[in-house]
Amino acid sequence: MRQISKMTGRALPMRGNDIDTDRIIPARFLRSITFDGLEKHVFEDDRKSAGGPYNRHPFDVSHFQGAAVLLVNANFGCGSSREHAPQALQKWGIQVVIGESFAEIFFGNSGIIGMPCVTAAAEDVAALMDLAEREPATQFAVDLVAGTCRAGAMTVKIALPPKMLEAFTSGAWDTTGMLLDRFDEVRATASRLPYTTSGPV
Amino acid sequence: MGDTLLKKVWDLHTVRQLPTGQTQLFIGLHLVHEVTSPQAFDTLRANGWKVPFVDRTFATVDHIVPTRERTRPFLDVMAEDMMASLERNVRDFGIRFVGLGDIRQGIVHVIGPELGLTQPGMTIACGDSHTSTHGAFGSVAFGIGTSQVRDVLASQCLALEPLKVRRIRVTGTLPKGVYAKDVILEIIQRLGVQGGNGFAYEYAGDAIDRMTMDERMTICNMSIEGGARVGYVNPDDTTVEYVRGRPFAPPAGEFDRMATWWKSMASDANAVYDDDVEIKAGELTPVVTWGVNPGQSIGIDDKVPAPAGASDPKAITDALNYMGLTPGQPIEGMKVDVAFIGSCTNSRLSDLREAARIVKGRHVAKHVQGLVVPGSATVAKAAEDEGLAEVFREAGFEWRSAGCSMCLGMNPDKLVGSQVCASSSNRNFKGRQGSPTGRTLLMSPAMVAAAAVAGEVTDVRELL
Ligand code: SF4
Repeated sequence: MRQISKMTGRALPMRGNDIDTDRIIPARFLRSITFDGLEKHVFEDDRKSAGGPYNRHPFDVSHFQGAAVLLVNANFGCGSSREHAPQALQKWGIQVVIGESFAEIFFGNSGIIGMPCVTAAAEDVAALMDLAEREPATQFAVDLVAGTCRAGAMTVKIALPPKMLEAFTSGAWDTTGMLLDRFDEVRATASRLPYTTSGPV
Repeated sequence: MGDTLLKKVWDLHTVRQLPTGQTQLFIGLHLVHEVTSPQAFDTLRANGWKVPFVDRTFATVDHIVPTRERTRPFLDVMAEDMMASLERNVRDFGIRFVGLGDIRQGIVHVIGPELGLTQPGMTIACGDSHTSTHGAFGSVAFGIGTSQVRDVLASQCLALEPLKVRRIRVTGTLPKGVYAKDVILEIIQRLGVQGGNGFAYEYAGDAIDRMTMDERMTICNMSIEGGARVGYVNPDDTTVEYVRGRPFAPPAGEFDRMATWWKSMASDANAVYDDDVEIKAGELTPVVTWGVNPGQSIGIDDKVPAPAGASDPKAITDALNYMGLTPGQPIEGMKVDVAFIGSCTNSRLSDLREAARIVKGRHVAKHVQGLVVPGSATVAKAAEDEGLAEVFREAGFEWRSAGCSMCLGMNPDKLVGSQVCASSSNRNFKGRQGSPTGRTLLMSPAMVAAAAVAGEVTDVRELL
């Protein structure tokens, strides 16, 4: 798989804690057998409620179109396990998400499609958001190996669990191949389970 | 030092440590449904992969199905497309499937236990975050995304990070009118919607020990709303007796051996936990959510909070505005437009019995649309046989066919405009029930029944 370690681009701040996946992509857009076109509906209902410094939803602000870095607060992506949420963001153009914290399933779903979610201290996230709003043209350079995000005059620390970092940088973030790698061991595990001997479930 | 159930199940199912530091875990049961699987099956096809453990895989349809007019093709072409796609996928890959018209069809988290597919000591995965429900049996059950559905289909395994365990002891006796739903809403309110991040929740204590399997399922179901991907209850005699005799339970000759093994998987008395919390059941009252996440709840006697002095005042202001509430207003008396009894949290026979007990001899308020949606066709049949469906119809409720219905906006059952819905489901996120401005109040099915009759949020304890 593709190795992922450096991402550069403009940043889009999406303020608020506990932003759930129903907000990121409302359920009606899950009525499809592909992920195609999801980017058109990112935050669709949420976008109808104006707010923020531009009095518009960040995803509708013209300066933020084409952003590659998404800035979020705490517990981003809570709720439903729909992978459609990170898929929609990725297809919209987001390559990396920087936040205070992430909901577990969203974190995993993003990783497995090659869109790292990295954490940073609350003050740092706030500073990055302020910067992106004040000077939206600023280039944000995320370096997973160095563990930094550089933007304007700022350099902030970002974190990723070490093994996850290794997976991204070595290109081993797509799991299926790895899980199929030693399939004899899978069969061996299955056969020693007490319940598999009592016939198929 | 003893082990927790989580550790025992985890170790038993470990295939190997992966180069990424994750554990490769064998999955004993994979439940599949129409929403999160089509893209996964496509990847299998594209790579020429098969499903090696079809005997550990089981599919049904629940999210998109209409609960009223179910003739094919569905009026909604996209829903029809998803349905046809699932039918093709299960046929091509040889997976067992219960579709519409089959008495075994229903919400995936209702039918797994009902059919005896869900068993203690197992690992379970499903492309749905409420898979935690199955933990009620002492299984370790993960809600997963579509790429992980692909992984499980292709390899019967998941790559996972280890979890810590927080024990939540619910002690004492629940007062009359206070239910399992109130317990879990209270837990989420106290520990927060992200309090469970990185943890599995083990629900214990004498109040949990006395609960039926239906009640334990309601509690485990909403673990994810507290941020815990996994929630479980240690298997005991209640668990064993529930599984006995179900279609996919171990056959009589092997049942006792399996039951002994199941109970041996329970956490040891001297197990060590990463955290331990106690909730006193006797102090609880019926709980209602007032906001836009399941942690924003209060007791029925309480008033909705004010932003001033709160840790995140902006979030509170935002939620109050969305809900059309003013700080300090009592939640009791809030007018409701729709009453929904259903979803994988509260659509089992015991839920319907309790709600029917409230509405019997009463009538849904004139301005309220009441909806009862049983969790499975089996539940529907049992409820019809014992006269519950009739009680609901006489009281002015609509009696529907099994599915996810108004829990989420993926099928014809949706809120309209900014309607307020008293709901026995599990999520009150903005727009969750299908209208971008719809408002959801989560509560127990008995409280929903009471709200339907009163036309407003009301204290069910006064109707018992
Ligand atoms: S009832 Fe609701 S929460 Fe449960 S599986 Fe269906 S949509 Fe998901």
